[in-house]
Amino acid sequence: MKDVIKINKITDFIIGDAQAERAVPPTGFTARLTLFAAAVMAFLAVFALALSVSAARLSERWASELAQSATVRISAPQGQMQASTEAALVVLQTTPGVASARVLSDAEQRKLLEPWFGPEMPLEALPIPQLIEIVEGSEGLDAEALRLRLLGEVPGAVLDDHARWRAPLVAAAGRLSFLGWFSIGLIFAVMGAMITLAANAALAANAKVITVMRLVGAKDGYIASAFVRRFTLRSVTGAALGMGLGVIALLILPTGGGDDSLLSGLGFQGASWLWPLLIPLLAGGVAFGATQAAARRTLKELR
Amino acid sequence: MVWRGRAKGKGKPLIELTDVAYSYGDGELLGDMTLSLPAGSFYFLTGPSGAGKTTLLKLCYGELLPTAGHLRLFDQDVRSLDRDGIAEMRRRIGVVHQDCQFLDHLSIADNIALPLTVAGQSVSGEQDNLAELMSWVGLRSRADALPPELSGGERQRAALARAVIMSPDVILADEPTGNIDWEMSQRLLQLLVELNRMGKTVVIATHDLGLIRAAKSQVQARVLRIAGRRIQQAGADL
Repeated sequence: MKDVIKINKITDFIIGDAQAERAVPPTGFTARLTLFAAAVMAFLAVFALALSVSAARLSERWASELAQSATVRISAPQGQMQASTEAALVVLQTTPGVASARVLSDAEQRKLLEPWFGPEMPLEALPIPQLIEIVEGSEGLDAEALRLRLLGEVPGAVLDDHARWRAPLVAAAGRLSFLGWFSIGLIFAVMGAMITLAANAALAANAKVITVMRLVGAKDGYIASAFVRRFTLRSVTGAALGMGLGVIALLILPTGGGDDSLLSGLGFQGASWLWPLLIPLLAGGVAFGATQAAARRTLKELR
Repeated sequence: MVWRGRAKGKGKPLIELTDVAYSYGDGELLGDMTLSLPAGSFYFLTGPSGAGKTTLLKLCYGELLPTAGHLRLFDQDVRSLDRDGIAEMRRRIGVVHQDCQFLDHLSIADNIALPLTVAGQSVSGEQDNLAELMSWVGLRSRADALPPELSGGERQRAALARAVIMSPDVILADEPTGNIDWEMSQRLLQLLVELNRMGKTVVIATHDLGLIRAAKSQVQARVLRIAGRRIQQAGADL
């Protein structure tokens, strides 16, 4: 029953009283200003939201995927490489927390070095260390213990658990995500300020209308609602337009760098595409609050 | 809402001022006002320009609050009312302003219906009532005109129609004939007398003694003269 009453209130607000709406004359430039400001802010909010969501996704991926893997790098003279590799594998196979350990083939190592030396580099001619890829088990790996064990049993074997470079990257992605959310907050604060200015201008321009409405028995709530409804609907419309344009812009952004690249991976995935739909609703809420506060303040001053 | 509805409680005071004063800044505009306006009465407020006739009317419909004394509207102390309370009370008092106070972007029919609109009543459900009221003030054919397109007399009649559409108990008219010719002022007076015969309290602020004399044959009215910031009763009967 309460839900029905709430829905009725919302539909009454949206449909409005045509006669009451006409009592306040159309406010030319403030109408266009509100629509434009809401559209621009919503457009920017889509990008801030995409940045935040993408950075959070990247941070999560780096934190979870890289945390599950580590590498053992073996440097040994040419004749001892095979023996050292086998000794390292024995150590790894008997280490708790190591789910699997795999020696990277020459082809895989060549591919890793390709970005720096090019595809034609004769790898055999270089003293390249042998890499062993470790996949961590669910019980977790004691990296420090393994590092000490390798030091004692396989001289020249070094464990790299990626923690050194992973931590600042994850922290940076986390901060970027926070900055995205903070920017969204700022965008809506600016939207609220602009709508307040526009509402104040409209209220000042309609001082005579307000006086006449009061003289014939209008209550403050009724007068305020004529302005609040108008600014809220304009803001929702503008924000919906801006949101639509922002989403289209995200869709046509070039891709191809893979999900691990923030620039080419900027955007939403799966259900997160629904997030931008909240922007017009938030804009409506901000406009409602800003206009309501401006109207109440002005009506109090006009007593 | 039927605008012709008869006012109830004849003789009961609707507006009561006890030792009311109104000051603005350092200057006292009205002082020592004691007055009781009973239901169904007909009053003229007269006096020289600037005597405070408009100020007294503004006190009577809550646009101004007394700076001293007690003012009761419909048995309620006006100081105890918040803005919404005053708005409610204004629906029981129809006011014809000197400058009419129309919204120029609305048609004259919409202006007349404005009190219904702001009270949340359906205007479409009151179309017959509105049409009858517009015929009564002789503006049926001017329903779609905008206020600036009307003559002074038409504007005053439209203002009267707007003042009575909520079937108020009291009608206050501030210099209603100030900008119109004699013939038109007689027509307006006739309408106000007719409203008084329906039991409504009518107060007309005017410095037009001709209008007061013309009312003599139609209604028993009292004349209150404001001079020296005080009320002086000029004559019980006309």
